[in-house]
Amino acid sequence: MLVFCLLVVVIFSFTFDPGSTYAKEAAPGILWVAFTFSGMLGLNRTFSQEVDTGSIHGVLLAPLDHGAIYLGKMIGSFVFMFLVELITLPAIIVFFDLNLENHYLQLFTIILLATIGFVSVGTLFSAMTVHTKTRELMLPILLFPVMIPVIISAVNATSSILNLEEWERIFGWIRILLAFDIVFITVSYLTFGYVVEE
Amino acid sequence: MIEVRELTKVYNKQFALRNLELSIEPGKCLCILGPNGAGKSTFMRILATLSRPNKGDILFEGESIFSEPAVFRKKIGLIGHATFLYPELTAGENLKFYATLYQIPDAQQRIDDLLQTVGLMHRKDDRVRTFSRGMQQRLAIARAILNDPEHLFLDEPYTGLDQSASQLLTDRIIELKSAHRTIVLITHNLQQGYQLADKIVIFKDGRVADEAVTSAISESDFQQRYLAITSGGVN
Repeated sequence: MLVFCLLVVVIFSFTFDPGSTYAKEAAPGILWVAFTFSGMLGLNRTFSQEVDTGSIHGVLLAPLDHGAIYLGKMIGSFVFMFLVELITLPAIIVFFDLNLENHYLQLFTIILLATIGFVSVGTLFSAMTVHTKTRELMLPILLFPVMIPVIISAVNATSSILNLEEWERIFGWIRILLAFDIVFITVSYLTFGYVVEE
Repeated sequence: MIEVRELTKVYNKQFALRNLELSIEPGKCLCILGPNGAGKSTFMRILATLSRPNKGDILFEGESIFSEPAVFRKKIGLIGHATFLYPELTAGENLKFYATLYQIPDAQQRIDDLLQTVGLMHRKDDRVRTFSRGMQQRLAIARAILNDPEHLFLDEPYTGLDQSASQLLTDRIIELKSAHRTIVLITHNLQQGYQLADKIVIFKDGRVADEAVTSAISESDFQQRYLAITSGGVN
């Protein structure tokens, strides 16, 4: 995940002059392309090993609410993806010569909320597609259309931050991300049991 | 008492179970026999709450097992075709992981006792991927009885076991029977099933085609009935 994410950033950095207007305009999109595609690699593996070895049934047999298993998987995916993002972020700032001034906290909040939204739906869809033959293809096909609100909000909010826009404008995107996270974590928690039971 | 009522399961318009009716008495061993595709494993998956029926219900002490599945799951152990073990973890780590899920008190002592029982104490710190199929199945037995289940469900547990591992499993089943645990055993081995079970049922086409109490029928008579059903005589 980390290597893929860094590679995307490095390859795109060759396309633009560091510090140029074009680089500044393209950076939010490149940042979220790198994050979402590397996150997809991680989500594809959330259940695949356990399903292949059958150990997922051992976990599902445990006297737990299946929603708790969903939360555990979601948190695990979040931790890995967020760590990759934290490592990649300084790289993109350096390679694209970005100026964040004192907007680090805002960008951190956007990344946090968008990542939670991404893994909340991704974990559920990963459980849905893991039994299909073309699971690595099916997951992005199903997930990306649902993720459109998150990706648009994250890219626009990141763009606003890089343009050093006012907090009110950024806060609008944060509210969308927050609403998405609350709705999809709740829906996924409640439906996960039906997804994993045949 | 576990009561199965009108259990129906459909996969892609194909009936795996059709209005299955069955009762499993507490402290008894029920053996399920039947040809491939009869619905035995589907029934076991539903009984273990890993799958939901399209119609019908399973009642435990008068309550549906699907109303609070986590409560029922606490009382069961399942040994299936797969071992449910993590190949990259050691034998000890696998059992510790499951002991945590089941919140077993004094887990380390219980794990050591079970590893001793299944003869794998000397391999406690070895990764499961280095184990033979027989050794993995022995560890799966330890995993299944880790929570000291009231009900043990076994879906063709003898598959791939060597002589000593088979004997170990048989000994554990007899031990659990004498401790008045309810056992549901799916097997293709009629002789083995007859010897262990208090009651035998034959599944065919998702229904109970025949059933008998082992104390009331000889093995050869039951074998004839079984062959008559599975060769197409009874539907």
